Amino acid sequence: MANALLYDSTLCVGCKACETACAERWKLPYNDRIGEETVLSDHKLTAVTAHGENFGRRMCMHCEDPTCASVCPVGAFEKTKLGPVTYDASKCIGCRYCMFACPFQVPAYEWGSLAPKVRKCDQCYDRQMAGKMTACSEACPTGATISGEREAMIAEARKRISENPSGYYPRIYGLEEAGGTSMLLLSKVPFEQLGMPKGLPNHALPPLTWSALSYVPDIAAVGSVLLGGVYWITHRREEVALAEGRPPIGRGGAQGRREGPGEGGRS
Amino acid sequence: MTTSAMPFPRAASWWRRITVWRLIFYAIMSAAVYATYLRAFYGLGAVTNLTNAFPWGVWIGFDVLCGVGLAAGGFTLVAIVHIFHIKRYEPILRPAILTAFLGYVLVVVALMFDLGRPDRIWHALVMWNPRSVMFEVAWCVMLYNTVLALEFAPAVFERLQWKRPLRVVQAISIPLVIAGVILSTLHQSSLGSLYLIVPSKLHPLWYSPLLPLLFYVSAISVGLAMTIFESWHSSRAFGKQLEWPLVMRLGRLLAVVLSVFLAMRFMDLSRRHALTYALEQRPEVWLFYLEIALMAIPVAVLFSGAVATRPKLLYACSVSAIFGFITHRLNVSVTGIQAMTGAPYFPRWTEIAITLGLVAAGFAIFRLAAKYLPVFEHEAMPHAAKAPGTIAHDTGQRTAVPREETPEEAMAEVRERT
Repeated sequence: MANALLYDSTLCVGCKACETACAERWKLPYNDRIGEETVLSDHKLTAVTAHGENFGRRMCMHCEDPTCASVCPVGAFEKTKLGPVTYDASKCIGCRYCMFACPFQVPAYEWGSLAPKVRKCDQCYDRQMAGKMTACSEACPTGATISGEREAMIAEARKRISENPSGYYPRIYGLEEAGGTSMLLLSKVPFEQLGMPKGLPNHALPPLTWSALSYVPDIAAVGSVLLGGVYWITHRREEVALAEGRPPIGRGGAQGRREGPGEGGRS
Repeated sequence: MTTSAMPFPRAASWWRRITVWRLIFYAIMSAAVYATYLRAFYGLGAVTNLTNAFPWGVWIGFDVLCGVGLAAGGFTLVAIVHIFHIKRYEPILRPAILTAFLGYVLVVVALMFDLGRPDRIWHALVMWNPRSVMFEVAWCVMLYNTVLALEFAPAVFERLQWKRPLRVVQAISIPLVIAGVILSTLHQSSLGSLYLIVPSKLHPLWYSPLLPLLFYVSAISVGLAMTIFESWHSSRAFGKQLEWPLVMRLGRLLAVVLSVFLAMRFMDLSRRHALTYALEQRPEVWLFYLEIALMAIPVAVLFSGAVATRPKLLYACSVSAIFGFITHRLNVSVTGIQAMTGAPYFPRWTEIAITLGLVAAGFAIFRLAAKYLPVFEHEAMPHAAKAPGTIAHDTGQRTAVPREETPEEAMAEVRERT
C-alpha cells in the first residue's frame, strides 16, 4: 500500500499553514519574507503560489518511478514502499544530476554551504512510518491537502470531479505525469496556470537512459571480441608479410598518399 | 644524457620570443588560483552562477563534455595503429595518447571543482547504482584514466631507462588497447546518454534518442581534428617537419566522419519533424546554424581537394571542426536547456577563469612532457622497442619517420614535403 497526497487547489485559501508546518518539521527558518518566495529552494521545500484567484502548491511529486533515484550515481534516493522518495545526504557526492534530470525541477541545492546537500520534501517519511499524516496535511485548515492511500486519493479526486464537473479542470495532475506521482493535484484551471510543468511525457523517464545503458554489457563483450579478432587478423597478416619478405601493410607515409582515405594501404 | 643538452633550438627561441603568451599564461593561472581559493573556502554559490533551475554550467558543458571529446584522438589513433595495424600513423600516436591522458586528468580536476562534495568522489566506487548513466560515466573515467596512464607509461619508462616495467607494460599492451577503445566508446556515448533523461528540458533541435551515437561520432571527428591541430602546433613549436602526408590523410578521414555526423544529425532532425524549429528566429537557432556551418564548411573544403598543397587550410579546417564540436556540446548542455527552461545562466568570471586555467595547464603540461619525454621522437612501439638499442634516446633519432620505411619511401616523403 502506497500513500499519496491530494492537493485540491479549489479548496486552498493560500494561508500557507503548510509552509509553516513544513519549515517547523525541517527546523528551517520561516518568516514573511520567506513566505513570499514562490520557488522551491534549500530553505523552502514547499511553496504555495497565487495565480489570480487560484492557488498552486509546489513540492516534491514523489514519482512512482523517480527520475532522481535512477540518475543518482551513488543511489542516494530511494522510492520507499510507503510512497515517499527519500534522500540519504551521507551518500551524496554533489553531482546534481538529480536536479538537472528532475522533470518537475524540485531538488534544490545548498549553494552557500561548503558541505552542501540536496534539499527536497520527503513527504514526512518518518511521520508516515509512525502512521501519522504529513505535517502539511495535518496543518491544512481547509482540507486542501489531504493524505492517504494513493488509490483512495485517486478515487476521491475522481469523485470530486464527477460531482462538480464545472468546478474542476477534468484531469488529475500526477496520475500519468512522468509515469505517475504520489502527489496528486486538482484544479479549476489547466495546471500550467498554477505553475506546474507541462509537456511532460506520461510515461516514466528512467527507461529513456536505460535503453542506452542496457547496451553496455553487449558493447563491452561484442566489442572486445571484435577488436581482438581484428587485431589477430591484422597482426597475423603482418607476421606473414614479414616471413615472406614483403613490406608489412599500413606502413610508409608517402606511397599511401595516392591511395584513398581510410583504406589503410591494404591494397 | 641530461635533458638540458637536448637540442630544441627553435622551441626555446619561440617560447622566449613570444613573451606575450607567457604573460597571458601567468595571468590566467593567477586568476585560476584565486578562483580555486574562492571555490574552496566560499563554496559553489560564491564562484558560479548556477541555480536550482540551472545546476550544470560550463564546468560540465565545456570542461567535462568538451574535455572528454577533445581527448578522443587517443582512442581513435590507438585503434588505427594497434588494432587495424595502420602503422604509418605511429609517429603521431604518442602525442594523441598524451593529449587524451591530459584531457582526462583535467576532466577529473574539473569534476573536483564542480562536485559539491569532492571529498566523496570515491563513493561511486562502493555505492553502486547501475541504472545511472552518471555511474557508468564515473567508472569509465576512472578505468580509462588508468588505461591511459599505462598507455603513456612507456614514454616515461623509456626516458628513465626502466627496462623491466617497460617490458611489463608492453606485454599487456594489446588488452590495454582493446580495453581503452571499449571504455572510450562507452564513455563518449554515455555523455550523450546523460541528456536522454531530459526530453522536456532540452530543445528539440538537440534532444534526440540518438544522442549517445551522435556524441560518439562527433568525438571521433574531434579526435581527428585535434590530432591535426596538435601535429601542426608541435611541428612549429619543436621545429619538426609536419608529417604532411599522414596529417592530410587524417584530414580526409575527418571529412568522412564529419559527413557521417552531419548526415545522422539531419536524418534524425527530419525523422523527429524537428527541422521546422530551425526556421524560427531565435538566438538558439542561430547557434544551431553556427554549429552546422562550423562542421559543414570543413567538409566542403576537405572534399574539394583544396588542402592538398595548403597545410594552413587543413589546419583551419581542423580548427573549424573543433569549434563546431564545442558549439554542439555547449548547445546541448547550455543553449538547448536554456531555450526550453528559460533559466538564466551566464558563467561567472571565476567559472571562466578555472576553465581557462585548466586549458592553459593542459597546454603547459603537454609542452613540458613533449620537451622532457620521448613523445614525438620515439621509436615505433612495441615491435621496435623489443630490439635492443632502439629506444629513442639511445639512437638520438629526432625525426619521427618509422624505422621500417624503405629509403625510396623516405625520399618520396621528403620530395612531397618540399
